[in-house]
Parts: sequence; structure tokens; C-alpha cells
Amino acid sequence: MKQLLVFIRKEFFHVFRDRRTLLIMFGLPVVQIVLFGFALTSEVKNITLTVIDQARDVNSTQIINKIKSSSYFIVDESAINYDAVSTAFKKGTAKCALIFPAGFGNDLQHAGQAQVQILTDGSDPNMAKTVVNYLTSILTAYQQEISPGAQLPYRIIPEQRMLYNEEGNGSLNFIPGVMALVLMLVCTALTSVAVVREKELGTMEILLVSPFKPLLVLLAKAVPYLVLSLANFTLILVLAVFVLHVEVKGSILLLFLVSTLFIIACLSIGLMISNTTNSQQTALLLSMMGMMIPTLIFTGFMFPLENMPWIFQMISYVVPARWYFLIIKAVMLKGLGFSYIWKETAVLLGMTVVALSVALKNFKIRLS
Amino acid sequence: MNDKVIVCEELTKQFGDFVAVNHISFDVRKGEIFGFLGANGAGKTTAMRILCGLSYPTSGKATVAGFDVYKQQESIKKNIGYMSQKFSLYENLTVVENIEFFGGVYGLSSAEIRRRSDRLVNKLGLAPEAKKLVGSLPLGWKQKLAFSVAIFHDPQIVFLDEPTGGVDPITRRQFWDMIYEAAAAGITVFVTTHYMDEAEYCNRITVMVDGKVEALDTPGNLKARFRAASMDEVFYQLARGAKRSAD
Repeated sequence: MKQLLVFIRKEFFHVFRDRRTLLIMFGLPVVQIVLFGFALTSEVKNITLTVIDQARDVNSTQIINKIKSSSYFIVDESAINYDAVSTAFKKGTAKCALIFPAGFGNDLQHAGQAQVQILTDGSDPNMAKTVVNYLTSILTAYQQEISPGAQLPYRIIPEQRMLYNEEGNGSLNFIPGVMALVLMLVCTALTSVAVVREKELGTMEILLVSPFKPLLVLLAKAVPYLVLSLANFTLILVLAVFVLHVEVKGSILLLFLVSTLFIIACLSIGLMISNTTNSQQTALLLSMMGMMIPTLIFTGFMFPLENMPWIFQMISYVVPARWYFLIIKAVMLKGLGFSYIWKETAVLLGMTVVALSVALKNFKIRLS
Repeated sequence: MNDKVIVCEELTKQFGDFVAVNHISFDVRKGEIFGFLGANGAGKTTAMRILCGLSYPTSGKATVAGFDVYKQQESIKKNIGYMSQKFSLYENLTVVENIEFFGGVYGLSSAEIRRRSDRLVNKLGLAPEAKKLVGSLPLGWKQKLAFSVAIFHDPQIVFLDEPTGGVDPITRRQFWDMIYEAAAAGITVFVTTHYMDEAEYCNRITVMVDGKVEALDTPGNLKARFRAASMDEVFYQLARGAKRSAD
């Protein structure tokens, strides 16, 4: 046991002395969060909103004026009908539209409720969501304004449609995606490199002739990366919550437990890779090409899996990050408990067991 | 048996059809500096790996420090030290951290490690560098430190696999002084080398050719037997008949 602690301490020295790797490890999530979070979901300001007012009554005019006075929108009233809007969407010149049906004010005053339609371009889901939120809040503010006292308020029902991406997929997806990507990268690449480095330098031989158990070598190598990865995961979570204001709806404990499982899966894959190669470059390349790219493509946070040909969908089933991504999304964004994610967790667990046993088996074979 | 720390009888290692080590027999006495010579591919490394408990022989018998190479690899590992041709310390750990790590791996107590580590650092004159990363030391010092670390836990036998590759002649000479010192302290030294002048420093030499032991004697006797002026010539006469090409 003491031997193991000595070994783990040494591994921590390695990690902390390698400033560049540390920088990559902790810089990567920050950069990605900032990139995905701000470059891609930047606040929508001065966006052109196409308005078709088929009602042309007091209420619709008042609402349009309110929209005009907000800093978010530049109102374009040149379009005369739905077809014109549709064409503008296709060309990409319009990103969002607000349509008042004929008789809007009439409905509102007599029936107590009226509908408006909000159209958004779903290929830019972040923008689409933001626009809907802004418009809805303007409408809500307006209906409160015109509802006298405690009387039953008028209701304006915004009917939303996100063109091209009805589900609005992709808005919050990137945080679980970044988690999967960063953990995958850190655990797989850095672990495989750490083991292979010892082979390359010749120190592995020294360790093997020492009374130290070979399996403990792997364990000792994995521990620092497990710890650092959990720290990394915490960092991403903190960034997501405090910088991007993403609400964590589910259990934090569950998130950590599942992430630990995923990290172990990645570490095992890293160890597996380290068994197949003797050079750090090959190890790095293998983990990049073999893990990073499939993670990017087949996890579903960049490209929707449903739209892929079935062969690619099949491939995606063997990518551990895909399952982890589903779990994190379910727990973090939807607030679901373990009973909803046990299947995905079981798949992940199975993958971990397979990867770990292959890694350990190969490591033993190399010795005899 | 008492003073024989390594005994090999008909030791053989086969990889498929290829016989890497072909029925070799020899023994090494306690405190001896035993040179293990051979061209690349002659089977030196394979034999050494078996003796270090890294690989199992196909047939034959061998004991190291009294322990059987088939059944008692773990006990063998506790009683030997090893230094390879590649530099075998961690460059991004300091001198003291390296010592502490290897001491810890061999199960020495912290107090014992500290005591021996102080003594070692002073002996090597590395006290001012004790807190520096090993990577910043000159190669000669690194090799001396690596050797000291290999015998830090007082093994019965130390295996040196081409320990002086790439080291300048003066450092090599100093390195051999350290080997003599270790041997005098009762540590058996099993050393492979390509430098024939180093072979002369050994008490006894084995020359391996194509997996077999072709000669085993003191350097003086070998030179007399082959009517050679130097070990270089002896080696050349033995090794030129080799069929295996160097790898």
C-alpha cells in the first residue's frame, strides 16, 4: 500500500511538472465553454424581426411599438404576406418573424385570448430560442399591462414554430458535449501518453523488474488522471452554472458518479491504447483519431444523430461518449433521476468492464 | 551453492522455431563482476530478462539469489537491482524524489530512505543539486546516480544492461570504480557491454554467440586461449562465426 502511495505521489509530480499538459487540460474546457457559450450563443441584439400585421388594430400596433422600443429588434414591416416571409427564411435574409392574424385585437378584447405566431430559423437554435424568449416576455408584459387589476387577464398565446429544426435541438447540448469531449481527451490521451512515456524512456523496464506489481503501475498511473478529470469536470460544471447560467436540474451527486464511471471507461481505453504502442506520438495520434473525432461526430452534440445514415448510427452505439452525453443531458438539463438513465449507465458500465479487462489482459501478456 | 548467487543449467528460451537462448549453463559467484558479452541478437537480453524475472524460460533450470526463476519471480525481484541502457531515472523528478520513489517501490521505510539518501547524495557530491530536476544534470552524473539508485536497496545482485552507452571515457572509468566498490561490498554485478576495454575489467566473462555460451573464463585466460592481445580480438574470433545477423 505504501508502495502504491509512493507511486501515486510520483505520478502527481509528473503531472504538475508538465505545465503544458496541465494548461491544455484545464485551458481546453475554458476555451470550449467560452467559444461555445459566447461565440455561438451570443446575446441577440439588433436582430431584424419581420413583422406581418394582418390585424392592424390598436393592440397589434401597441405591441409592435413595444418591440420597436426594445433594443433587441429592428422591425421590418415590408413583408406583406406569409409567402414573402417563407422565401426570406429560405434565403436566410430573415431569421425570425412575428405574425398577427387578422382580428387579433378583436379576439383579445372579446374572447379574452388571441394568438400570434412566432417563426424562427431553427438552424440557429440559440438565436431562435433567445428570440422566442424576448418576444414572449414582451407579450407577457403587454398582457399584464392591459389587464386591469386582479381581473382575469387577457391572454396572448404565442404559437411558436422553429423552422428546419422543430425540436430546437442543440441549444444546451454543448455543455454535456464539452464534458464528454474534454474528459475523453484528457483521460484517453494523457493516460496513454503517460504509460507509453515510461516505455519510451525505459523506466517501465525498471518498474517491471522491481517488486512493484505491474497492475499497480496501471492503477497508480490512472489515479492522478481520475482526480484531475473530476476537478476538470467540476470546472466545466462551475463554468456552465455561473458563466453560462445553465441550471443543473438533476442530482449533482449522480452527475459525479456517472462522470466517474465515464472517466474510468476513458482511462481504460487510454490504457488499452498504451498497450498497443510504444511511442508517445502514436499513442497521441491513436487517441486523437480513434477517440476525439468519433466523440465529436458521433456523440450527437454537434451533428444530430437522427439525421445520419443508419451505418453511422450503428457506429455511434459503440462510442462511449454518446451514452455519457445522453445521461448528462437527462440528469443535468432535464433533471431526471437514475431510474431514467440506468440503461445508458449499464451500457457505459459494460464498455468500461470490457475496455478495462482488455487493457489488463494485454498488459499481463506483455510481461511474460 | 552458498557462494553461487546465479546458477543456470541448460537454460533455454524459444520463440516459436527461433531459439533465442540455447541450453546455456553457467554460474556466478557472490561478489563477482560477471561480464556478459555478445553481438546484438546473440540472446543476451533474453537471458537477462529471464534472470530478472521478466520472462519464463522454455526449459532448463535457473536460480537467482537462491530463488527459482519459474516459481519465485517476486522474491527474485526483491533481491536484485537493475539498470538499463536507456537512462532509467525520471527526468522531471528531482534527485531526492527519484531516490525516494525507488526506495519506496522497494519497500524501504521512510526513515531508512532518508538516512541512505543523505548518505548517497553526499557521497556522489550531489548535495547542491539534490533539489534539482534530474533532467538538468550532465549525463555522466545521471548514469552514476542511476547506478546508485539501482543498488540503493542493497540487492544481492545488480544487473547492468550496457550501462555506459554514450558516456565519456573518464566517466566510464569512474563508473567502473563504483562497480568495483559495489562488488567489494558484496553485491554481485552482472553486466552486459559492447566495450571490450570494459570486458577487461570483469572478473569473468561469458561470450554468447547465436544463443549459446561459446566461452566462459577470466579475461586473461581467454586471451591466452585465443592467443589474442586484447579482448577485442577474442570477441572477434568468437563472434564472426555468428549466423544471426545483428538486429
